[in-house]
Amino acid sequence: MNIFSATRAIAAREWRAYFESPLAFVFLIAYLLLAGIFTFTFGGFFERGDASLAAFFNWMPWLFLFLVPAVGMRLWSEEHRLGTIELLLTMPIAPWQAILGKFLASWAFLILAIALSFPMVLTVNWLGSPDNGTILAGYVGCALLAGTYLSIASLASACTRNQVIAFIFSIMICLLLNLLGFPPVLDLVGRWIGTEGIEVMAGFSVLSHFDGFQKGVLDSRDVIYFVSISVFSLFATGVVLRGHRAG
Amino acid sequence: MIKIQHLSKSFNGKLAVDDLSLEVGQGEVLGFLGPNGAGKSTTMRMITGFIPPTGGSISVCGFDVLKDPISAKRKIGYLPESAPSYQDMTVLSFLRFAADIRGLTGVARQHAVERVIELCQLQNVLRQTIDTLSKGFRQRTCLAQSLIHDPEVLILDEPTDGLDPNQKHDMRDLIRQMGLTKSIIISTHVLEEVEAVCSRAVIIAQGRIVAQGTPDEFKSRSKTGRIDDYFREVTGAGRQVPEQLGA
Repeated sequence: MNIFSATRAIAAREWRAYFESPLAFVFLIAYLLLAGIFTFTFGGFFERGDASLAAFFNWMPWLFLFLVPAVGMRLWSEEHRLGTIELLLTMPIAPWQAILGKFLASWAFLILAIALSFPMVLTVNWLGSPDNGTILAGYVGCALLAGTYLSIASLASACTRNQVIAFIFSIMICLLLNLLGFPPVLDLVGRWIGTEGIEVMAGFSVLSHFDGFQKGVLDSRDVIYFVSISVFSLFATGVVLRGHRAG
Repeated sequence: MIKIQHLSKSFNGKLAVDDLSLEVGQGEVLGFLGPNGAGKSTTMRMITGFIPPTGGSISVCGFDVLKDPISAKRKIGYLPESAPSYQDMTVLSFLRFAADIRGLTGVARQHAVERVIELCQLQNVLRQTIDTLSKGFRQRTCLAQSLIHDPEVLILDEPTDGLDPNQKHDMRDLIRQMGLTKSIIISTHVLEEVEAVCSRAVIIAQGRIVAQGTPDEFKSRSKTGRIDDYFREVTGAGRQVPEQLGA
């Protein structure tokens, strides 16, 4: 048996589960609406007078902060609550296949949501002549950022059968990863830890690694940063799930 | 087919299963009897590889559940205690998912799904989502899932719990019929069920086997000739629990 067929079966079920409940549509509408509002009002899309999607991408780390945990919180909490985790983990599959399958389905869903913001790209191309390479890099950054938050939400979700706790817990961790590189916070702590301290601290933040993508730079270090947090969180998800069962 | 040796499990230092050993051969239906909290479900969860034991070994069809869990799990069909399933899925898509995750494809998958629909009499609810079904249908849907790969070993945790008398009768007929060719362990606290379906039974109390034998042997050991009285005798509170009666 192909080792990916079970992963694919789990991913397919998870994907369908989004569309079998209203969750998918509520999420997609909320995301696109909020992304639009942030871009055009707070982001000052028109006032910038700049043919780019910077006003859009700037907000993504903050918007994802709430929306990605909303998608990820149910990943394992729901399995615990329904008791289906007992079915899933007594199937002839390795736990990592289930973890990966569920993650990939949710990530694909988030990427779909991000891709549905394509009218922004059309708009900015219609209004001016933006650098579409930079826009593409920004989208790649968004996908990686969403995947990173999602893996954190997966870990939080494995820890508790309560979805609200999983939601809040993952927001807290993602917020921390944001704030470490948030300029006002850096200014504040800069007085104590100095410029070098700030650089180290910001190096751990999603904001500083997301920044490169926004500018159109695909730096392997930024990619490695996002991928390694995701891999670590998914691995930790496996450890937590095993720990639960060991009692 | 199932061989358990010196199995034990403790949760936070409290012993739930204590040095339990037993064997089940092909064509046998073994009944697990015992008061609530005796360790029946815990034992079943260890056999199916859901939770790891603290000590001892389990082999299913020659595969060690701890060392080669995937091969062992392929041989097992499992109906967990509250018959969990994905509530938003239809019966048909749930069964197809079970077939997919077990690596069935094409015609084999189609036949497997049709066979369990027939066996568990689910023809009339195929397009319904599971959360709209009555308890009896949910139970049968989850049972169908456990039979999809025509396993050699069946572990059924309280399969008749919550069913009406007719459904109980059908379920017992089904178990008896399957028991001719498979190895089955069912847990129950309905004593009449033992007489109806089991070829052999063990009584478990506080994680240990306190009695084992055929239903007829149990009856003959009781002064009144009833299994209930014998059950109370060996599991009764405040009494001296006899060491290994019979067998």
